[in-house]
Amino acid sequence: MLRRILYWSAHYLLIALYVLFALFPLFWLIKVALTPNDLLYSEGIRLWPSRIGLEHFRFVLTNSEFPLFFRNSVIVSCSTALIVSLLSSVCGYGLSRFNFRGKPLLLALMLITQMFPLVMLVAPMFRLLAPLGLTNTLTGLVIVYCAFNAPFATFLMQSFFDAIPKELEEAAMVDGATRFGAFRRIVLPLTLPGIAATAGFVFTAAWSELLFALMLNSSSRASTFPVGLLSFVSKFSVDFGQMMAAGVLALIPACLFFLLIQRYLVRGLTAGAVKG
Amino acid sequence: MEVSAAGRQLVRAAQPYLYTAPVLILIATVMLVPLSVGLSYAFQDIQLLDPFSGGFVGFDHFRELSADRSFRAALLNTLVWTGSSVALQFIFGLILALLLNREFPGRRLVQALVFLPWAVPTFLVGLDWAWLFNPVVGPLPGWLLALKLTHDSNNLLADPSTALIGPIVAAVWWGIPFFAITSLAALQSIPKDLYEAAAIDGAGVFKQFRSITLPLLAPTIAITILLRTVWIANFADLIVVMTNGGPADSTQTVASYIFTTAFRRLDFGYASAIAAVLLGLLCLYALAILNLRRLFVQRQA
Repeated sequence: MLRRILYWSAHYLLIALYVLFALFPLFWLIKVALTPNDLLYSEGIRLWPSRIGLEHFRFVLTNSEFPLFFRNSVIVSCSTALIVSLLSSVCGYGLSRFNFRGKPLLLALMLITQMFPLVMLVAPMFRLLAPLGLTNTLTGLVIVYCAFNAPFATFLMQSFFDAIPKELEEAAMVDGATRFGAFRRIVLPLTLPGIAATAGFVFTAAWSELLFALMLNSSSRASTFPVGLLSFVSKFSVDFGQMMAAGVLALIPACLFFLLIQRYLVRGLTAGAVKG
Repeated sequence: MEVSAAGRQLVRAAQPYLYTAPVLILIATVMLVPLSVGLSYAFQDIQLLDPFSGGFVGFDHFRELSADRSFRAALLNTLVWTGSSVALQFIFGLILALLLNREFPGRRLVQALVFLPWAVPTFLVGLDWAWLFNPVVGPLPGWLLALKLTHDSNNLLADPSTALIGPIVAAVWWGIPFFAITSLAALQSIPKDLYEAAAIDGAGVFKQFRSITLPLLAPTIAITILLRTVWIANFADLIVVMTNGGPADSTQTVASYIFTTAFRRLDFGYASAIAAVLLGLLCLYALAILNLRRLFVQRQA
């Protein structure tokens, strides 16, 4: 009995430490965003300032281009998550169900895309997209992000399909369904948690990408919010309060989305995890 | 009838390619073509602001690279940065997964909260931790001093001997959830009756962990660690945001060195040469891990 009590108190203590460690930096972000400018440095290391205000948030929402950046980010991340989930489901299913010539080559190519610093692609990518009129557009960014995220998403989806017995769609095909019909109506609905997990990974990756958003778009019309955050550094001589307020606002959709899908993450991954 | 049978056979043979073609076309045009172009830059003189650049220079960049002191220092830093970030993320992630693998009241809420750092954009992570380490606006220097872990309350990011600790701590904070999620998923797919059988045979908690959990987790963990190591070795955001490679190049990794060479010195040729070397090294590493894993799985079977 004593051992049990000891075990669970240690368990809860560790859990509490983890929660504290995870949340404290987020708390600090919010604290800085709420601190008025005159107290930013004088009360910099206090856990909570003597006075708080929403002025940074008000400024960011009304006087800056941030709402535009925010809208751009939502469009880019949602489209990327949608397209990648769709393409990687189809490709992952193909890899899971068929053995075909060129499959090892395809897998090797997909692995290679995970192996090099993406910085290397900036200059060639710019040369490729500029003649097509895809620089300074959201479409260009969506295409690039789709390609970056497709390989990992495909690996993930393949492991989910591996966990679903083949007999399911074979039975449907005996009953006269085409393979694609069986895939769409029977297999796909079963992998919905997995698709949610994939969409979540892709959404957060696209939401926080900075390098290509910065290099491919020179006009603020097509900037996403990470680029917008950097603009607080140059344009407003580093207004940290506003920058953190913008940062907090930018966190909201990512966190909401993540809280919605995080339970599918584990459940979805469990299915295909120990496949060897 | 004959024709439609042949047609059907053709469709069946083409099927695998129809499913995989969209992704293949996407990554081939948007990643592999630019990658080959990028690799070819390694043998050219490409400087954005120099109109006379552009000629082929053969292996000149690689010769220059072999004598480049900054590159060698960056290589060492990459080892430290990648090794310690991955190891710490993995250990703390695995402990967290083990804690979350047991049912307790409030588990769902705790899980949502501790996974939250993963949703924070990486450059915001960098900014946030740079603030936390700053003695004027962050609490950490004071706390470290109070715990007698440091002798003064200076910014550890400003001291060449400690600066790399900053980005590593930030990377660990951000990366623990990834390892926790994948380990937890792997843990939950281990059949429960294995543990029951072991408990009946009188195996204690640690014995169970060593002889059931670890061996069954190892194949998944190997792949996760492989992918993460490669990813973190290539990951420059946190370092660029927090220290920009400084002070005095003390936190420059190969990835951040590529970034500085390309965007501060605008020398894309040399940057591509460094990237090509890094790609080669990481491919060797991946081959080593995959072979180790194969050996391990064979020995178990």
